[in-house]
Amino acid sequence: MREFIARHAIGNPVIGEALVADDGFSARYDLDRIAGVFSRPAHKLAGQSYVGKILVLHTAKGGVASAWMLHEMASRGVIPLALVFNSVNPILAQGAAFGDVAMLAGFEVDITARVPHGARVEIDTHSKKLIVLDR
Amino acid sequence: MHNGCSAMKLNDLERAMHAGELGRVAQLALEHQVRVGEFFGAADFVPVTQAHVMADSESLGEAGVAWLESLARQGGRVRVPTITDPRGTDFAKAGILGQANWMLSLERRAIAAFEALGVSMTDTCINYQTIQAPTRGESVAFGDTGVVIYANSVCGARSNFEGGPSALSAGITGRTPRYGFHLEDHRRPTVSIRVSCKPQTLNDWGALGGVIGRLAGNYWAVPRVEGLETVPTSDQLKHFGAAMASFGSVALFQLPGITPEAYAGRLSITHEVSEAEVKALQASYAQTDEVDVVVFSAPQLSLYELRALAELCDGRRFAKPLLAVTSPQVKPDADRFGYTRRIEAAGGQVLSGMCFYQSYAREIAEARGWKRLATNSAKMVNILGGYGYVPLLASMEQCVEAAVTGKLR
Repeated sequence: MREFIARHAIGNPVIGEALVADDGFSARYDLDRIAGVFSRPAHKLAGQSYVGKILVLHTAKGGVASAWMLHEMASRGVIPLALVFNSVNPILAQGAAFGDVAMLAGFEVDITARVPHGARVEIDTHSKKLIVLDR
Repeated sequence: MHNGCSAMKLNDLERAMHAGELGRVAQLALEHQVRVGEFFGAADFVPVTQAHVMADSESLGEAGVAWLESLARQGGRVRVPTITDPRGTDFAKAGILGQANWMLSLERRAIAAFEALGVSMTDTCINYQTIQAPTRGESVAFGDTGVVIYANSVCGARSNFEGGPSALSAGITGRTPRYGFHLEDHRRPTVSIRVSCKPQTLNDWGALGGVIGRLAGNYWAVPRVEGLETVPTSDQLKHFGAAMASFGSVALFQLPGITPEAYAGRLSITHEVSEAEVKALQASYAQTDEVDVVVFSAPQLSLYELRALAELCDGRRFAKPLLAVTSPQVKPDADRFGYTRRIEAAGGQVLSGMCFYQSYAREIAEARGWKRLATNSAKMVNILGGYGYVPLLASMEQCVEAAVTGKLR
């Protein structure tokens, strides 16, 4: 079991499968929000479903729409279980607060290099910890 | 004084809002802001003079519109001037876009809710050119990343990226958490970039902004850019900043001798950008030369951009649809000066109060069979790939020619 401490946390604790990539995240730029998959062809997770997954990505990108979109995605249940970033912008923090999505951000290490793709992980927002439970 | 429920320092007014003494809507707004402020370690709030809300109905969805309506029903009202980013349609031109009635219905509901909340429906992402540019040091709560980066960098104002719920909350409470670019420490340059190219056209300026955005790489990076040999115009900086924000999530750049806050100290150059990098970014989108539609948007066009477009349209006849999108403030002048007539005489359309990528772009593509889209907006090519388009980046002149011939050369 490995643990990583984040500087920022919001939302409630969750456990789930990690979808990991050294790439960015924007709800508008990167997702087909109806189908629930990454849709931007150049994204490293293109074609993969994000629904119910814990996304472990490098940074939040792009536009302000993500704040509304997380809320809208949550209303339909087509939403990631949690978001984890090396670096976050305010939009995703605001969106997580508004959409009630768990999020951790800001690590001493490159979190995308330390969490195996497909691993089962715990996001403990109270202690600001990401815990790798198994592969 | 600390409120018992918050790590943030609240003044008397903020404590009253937090306690619900100014109504449930102000309480909800402040609670949201406290959650965000605590996430970023904000010590307190900073008053804002104006707010700018991004809230097209594609982003809002049914859930977001219902939330706005609930705020309106509870008697919510904004406390400071609060304006809107582009909407999801131009009602007069919705048929051209192939938009469905349910989209227009959702838009109408959103507009009614905003108006009930006291929001002014300016529907523009170029408010710094058309409504009121903020001044140096002025704290604002702006949505639309292009608006924020222009306000911070060119005007010297202070704003974070404020997503729709947060910008509306700022309008309702008249304040925003003091973190990020409201703090002096975050406004110092973190990367120093020397450019050796001479951007001419707006797509060149956008591509340069995109290259720098990718190099900077995240919201907290502040690029200082040296080497520009001319003083850019407002439209050039509009495309430069909008692309930098889009490609890199950047909210502030500095141009020594040009922008008001350029850091005067010595910084080692961390990156060099030549014309090759700028051309390479543009070439990366050249996957085809066939064009289904030409779109000028993102950001909305200024009066001068429409003037230039009108001159290019004179004597032409388009074989492919050409859309030019501007703000409701600019459109009447474009009509008065004949620019709209000249563009539409060639077969183009001038739309107002929307932005193409914020208007159900995926559904428009399906309804109209538009896939290969030519534009001079670097921001838009960065966005539209995710919507299933094959976007092409070229100059306004090349795009107009493509509307005539169906091919981008």
